[in-house]
Amino acid sequence: MRFVDEFRDAEKARALASKIAGLCAPGRSYKFMEVCGGHTHTIYKHGLEDYLPEQVQLVHGPGCPVCVIPMGRVDDAIHIARQPDVLMTSFGDMMRVPGSGGNFFDSNAEGTSIRMVYSPLDSLKIARQNPDRQVVFMAIGFETTAPSTAMTLLRAAAEGLENFSVFCNHVTIVPAIKAILDSPDLRLDGFIGPGHVSTVIGCRPYEFIAAEYGKPVVVAGFEPLDILQSIYMLMLQLHEGRSVVENQYSRVVPWAGNPVALRVINQTMQLRPYFEWRGLGFISHSALRVRDEYAAFDAEARFQLPGLRVADPKACQCGEVLKGVLKPWECKVFGTACTPETPIGTCMVSPEGACAAYYNFGRFSRKRVQEVSIG
Amino acid sequence: MIDREQQVLDRIERQRRRPAKVREERITLSHGSGGKASHTLVEAVFLEAFGNPLLAPLEDAARLRVGDARLALTTDSYVVSPLFFPGGDIGDLAVNGTVNDLAVSGATPLYLTCGFILEEGFPIADLTRIVASMRAAADRAGVMIVTGDTKVVQRGKADGCYVNTAGIGILEGSAELGVSAVQPGDAILVSGPIGEHGVTIMLARGELDIEADLVSDTAPLNGVIAELLAATSGVHAMRDATRGGVATILNEMAVDAQVSVIVDEDAIPVKAEVRGASELLGIDPLYVACEGRFVAAVAGDQAAAALTALRKHPLGAEAAVIGRVAGDQPGMVLLNTAFGGTRIVDMLVGDPLPRIC
Repeated sequence: MRFVDEFRDAEKARALASKIAGLCAPGRSYKFMEVCGGHTHTIYKHGLEDYLPEQVQLVHGPGCPVCVIPMGRVDDAIHIARQPDVLMTSFGDMMRVPGSGGNFFDSNAEGTSIRMVYSPLDSLKIARQNPDRQVVFMAIGFETTAPSTAMTLLRAAAEGLENFSVFCNHVTIVPAIKAILDSPDLRLDGFIGPGHVSTVIGCRPYEFIAAEYGKPVVVAGFEPLDILQSIYMLMLQLHEGRSVVENQYSRVVPWAGNPVALRVINQTMQLRPYFEWRGLGFISHSALRVRDEYAAFDAEARFQLPGLRVADPKACQCGEVLKGVLKPWECKVFGTACTPETPIGTCMVSPEGACAAYYNFGRFSRKRVQEVSIG
Repeated sequence: MIDREQQVLDRIERQRRRPAKVREERITLSHGSGGKASHTLVEAVFLEAFGNPLLAPLEDAARLRVGDARLALTTDSYVVSPLFFPGGDIGDLAVNGTVNDLAVSGATPLYLTCGFILEEGFPIADLTRIVASMRAAADRAGVMIVTGDTKVVQRGKADGCYVNTAGIGILEGSAELGVSAVQPGDAILVSGPIGEHGVTIMLARGELDIEADLVSDTAPLNGVIAELLAATSGVHAMRDATRGGVATILNEMAVDAQVSVIVDEDAIPVKAEVRGASELLGIDPLYVACEGRFVAAVAGDQAAAALTALRKHPLGAEAAVIGRVAGDQPGMVLLNTAFGGTRIVDMLVGDPLPRIC
């Protein structure tokens, strides 16, 4: 298939892999964080780690929007869905994220109407078709999905829809990366930068990582060769003693991002003073809420929310996994008490979550498998 | 580090072998997805209550002995939405699905029953159309619909029309087919390109604004299977790849026979339209339902003969050998990716997909 197979060429992968191996200094190990959950998914889905020398390790970062939603926000959403005449819409990924009393599927089994949509604009259609219901869109995601929520708010305002609002849980990536960089128990050699987020915010916001923390950043695409090439570019920077932001995904990501998308986000949303991230705790200026001018479409203004903070289950080590301190399988409950069917932590829910990706795709001894596959 | 990781992996495997337990207090949509939640429900609720040696193998059809005759018996309900879709409708789906469950058990399908649950207000014209396509499908498969039942429920209590069919077939020949008969050295074959039915239905619902030139693969498999069984005695197991797709069947084989199944992504036939739509939607064609494809495990030295026999039949023209069975890593399905890596193919976890059959 065109535009896909070119980026999955095993021969090119082998060539890149040997160049990466050639840049490994003897006795040194390299740890790179892929910030974005989309990258994590690609890495596991295509078995990309099989190409990396043992010295090069990938750490799976916090860029899975579902994985960073704290339980309290899920509870708040279910609380809204339980109000009379409410019809909630949500991306499919959110449906299985556990709150303190169950997930959206469980809530539907008890009588709520939480429907899956592929685009927030579909929620507007549902609102028009159901004038006697209050339609609430559960908005999640980084800067990647925030523009479509912003466009939905603008359109709802233009149409004067009275039965539509947004429960805004959008988060921003840079404060999370900064929190990780400031975390004392982490040693990283560079970042594979989030490609989709960068189509919106561009590459400039990462410059402090290279300049102040001295860690190279390469913004990467989502096909396996993109990621392999980005690792090569990171290795090359380290080899040459450089530390800059580079753009591997230039076929999609403009250096300055997408000014129109940034403008509509800014027009409809503003930074919250702080927001709780699952596993990472409270991070200041790390999330967006609906601007006061659009309060009529803000579910937080329209409904009374319990807003209770729910502590993560004690056994869950999502935070350490999100920061890359622990590998998924090193978590105490990984694969036993916490599985994709019965996730305790959100890293196990979304296909982009590090734990789910590892459990679904990578849960086997690589050495033994290589023997089997060859034999 | 490898040793510590291996300990964790061993612990997980022990955990996975524990008896199934339903944790939810109510039925959720996941229980109908054909994935892990469905399996858990069947084992923990139905098998627990009905448990008997004929049900226990949980094959697509039960094998019974009545007097001197060996029979296969199966039933299936159909709730697909929309009722009419490119390439078929709920009527031929209901006939083909039951015919196929009998055929993959090695039986010659003979007679079907049908039960209708209709919603008040459902157009008679639609019902007539559904029944006509059932008749056509039955004629094509060489079976007769010999008894039935109709119930009508209040408006709003059902989604137009639900159909149940049951079927009975006769088992000839001596081969005992079943996934527990799969063994190391077997080759894994699929009878054609995968995922067309599921993707067709998703697009036919009109919620995605994607258009593709695709039709459902719904078809009766008894003809092509009869030719396969006539050509080789090496067939150990067959399953039709409905809900949960090919990946689910491979997992059932790996778990029930305690073997590993290794498949090559490059070898799996997938139409470009299905691949394209799957890439866009973020789904894996391996988990997408087919209604006219089956997976077979065949003794390795018979694989070439089996492939030749399949390809002679129009419904098997694009059949392929996609992998093999090994003894190491029992219970696991591994995929050699086209990119050149290796990964697990696990059972589907309650994927929120629309009603497809």
